[in-house]
Amino acid sequence: MAENVKEKAILTTKDVRLFYGKKEALHGINLDFPETGITALIGPSGSGKSTYLRSINRMHDFTDYVKVTGEFNYNGQNIYDPNTDLTQLRKNIGMVFQQPNPFPFSIYENVAFGLKLDNKLSKIELDERVETALKQAAIWDDVKDRLQQSALGLSGGQQQRIAIARALATRPDILLLDEPTSALDPISSRAVEDGLVEIGDKYSIIIVTHNMQQAKRISDRTAFFMDGNLIEVDSTKNIFLYPKEKETEDYVSGKFG
Amino acid sequence: MNDELYQQLTKKSISTKKDNFGKRLSLFALILIGLVVFAILFFVVSRGLSTFTLDQINPFNFVFGTQWNPGKTDEAGNQLVGALPMIVGSFAVTFLSALVATPFAIGTALFVTEVSPKWGNKIMQPVIELLVGIPSVVYGFIGLAVVVPAVRNATGGTGFGIFSGVVVLFVMILPTITSMTIDALRNVPGHMRESAYAIGATPWQTIYKVVLRAAIPGILTAIVFGLARAFGEALAVQMVVGNSPVMPDGLFSPAATLTSVLTQGIGNTTDGSLANDVLWSLAMILLLMSLLFNTIIRRIANRRALK
Ligand SMILES: Nc1ncnc2c1ncn2[C@@H]1O[C@H](COP(=O)(O)OP(=O)(O)OP(=O)(O)O)[C@@H](O)[C@H]1O
Ligand SMILES: [Mg+2]
Repeated sequence: MAENVKEKAILTTKDVRLFYGKKEALHGINLDFPETGITALIGPSGSGKSTYLRSINRMHDFTDYVKVTGEFNYNGQNIYDPNTDLTQLRKNIGMVFQQPNPFPFSIYENVAFGLKLDNKLSKIELDERVETALKQAAIWDDVKDRLQQSALGLSGGQQQRIAIARALATRPDILLLDEPTSALDPISSRAVEDGLVEIGDKYSIIIVTHNMQQAKRISDRTAFFMDGNLIEVDSTKNIFLYPKEKETEDYVSGKFG
Repeated sequence: MNDELYQQLTKKSISTKKDNFGKRLSLFALILIGLVVFAILFFVVSRGLSTFTLDQINPFNFVFGTQWNPGKTDEAGNQLVGALPMIVGSFAVTFLSALVATPFAIGTALFVTEVSPKWGNKIMQPVIELLVGIPSVVYGFIGLAVVVPAVRNATGGTGFGIFSGVVVLFVMILPTITSMTIDALRNVPGHMRESAYAIGATPWQTIYKVVLRAAIPGILTAIVFGLARAFGEALAVQMVVGNSPVMPDGLFSPAATLTSVLTQGIGNTTDGSLANDVLWSLAMILLLMSLLFNTIIRRIANRRALK
């Protein structure tokens, strides 16, 4: 069942189990991710997609009743090693949430936020990184003339692309997205999707989505989750056209979920 | 057109009638309150202005004069009704107490909301809410019994003065500012914290770079509320400030505030006398300042709503 990535994997996870208190929410997930390309995580509500995604950059660390076991290997480094620096880890593995959530400051400051946390970059370097990130997130043309204005004045779709730019500015290897377009209208969603496809060949992108069309349109691989288990992972084409598992077939054909 | 349908659609239903009744009732309440507010404003302003119209006091001399002894005149024959000592006294105790209280309030609020919510919710918050509800005379009494003697021992003066007033007001407005700051911090959406963490910010960086910044309008509102409360407080301040209407020449010498002079003098003057009129003028200044504080609060709130 757990296929493995043919090219070199940047992230491998083995036998991931996660407990909310006593309740086991993930029952041993084995899943690898290639250095580039988009992997979609699909599955019914409550199947553990968000839980799994958040375990990758240790977002559960601040919730004291959560326990994570299993192997998380990122470029040969154990993510859950006690010596892992969370700040550095999260710069390398960025994350974007469902709600577009800009900070209450200017567009520029939003994107530069991660860059200003510790290492002091020169103004020139900052400008350059901010511009690159905004371009990659396909939002540069919309905002280049108003970088100093509040990000709160942007539309939801623009805010979400700012959030993506903010995560890209620290030059991550992996980008985690949890239903990034589910709060957006179709046109804004498409703009965000296009941005992701554009950068898909430079980053390893993992996206949780309830939108089958979206998964088909943008992802190279798809992983199907159910009840805290990984049922099947394969190329997106195979998952949607030739699923091996009955549950996968039922789900992608719309029989439940 | 179908007659029956027309009847049905145009006849007022019961719920429409109830709705109308409710609307009229609340309109009535609104007008009543509006009238009361207007009456107070009119009353205070008309009495307050009589100092300048009937008694022919120069408003400039009133606001900037430094001698306060209504009924007496100086050698040149001018009335000694300079309110500046009280204006300065009021502003001094108000701003100094808010200046000292604000950092403590923010620190406490951060502890309650960010550092130890469990502890904060169970113990700190009930305590703070209790403190907000204590009548001001109690604070004044404690100030009189504890702060004044302590200051007297430490400085050798009488112990009454601006400093003692600031201490009492500090304790009084601290809970107000704190509990409103707590609300402001709680109103910062959780996902804003989460996205700061997700980008590598430490909890502390998240607090001071994102949470505090997002809460600035709310915190400002809290401070202005504290200022308004301190400015309008009469009893507690009167008990410890010394009630000597002279220009304060330091934090430890007796002074007076607008409110303390008012509460002291209003019963001891005859209606219609100059001594009584000038007190109304002081009340008018207080009222105008409260309006100003209110306007500031509304401005901040509006700015927040715009975002
Ligand atoms: N903080 C939490 N505490 C306890 N249980 C949780 C918590 N978060 C999630 N769960 C449980 O873990 C399981 C997986 O939830 P998760 O949010 O990962 O599902 P999901 O696949 O992302 O669902 P959705 O598509 O609705 O976002 C669910 O049964 C959920 O109730
Ligand atoms: Mg989810």
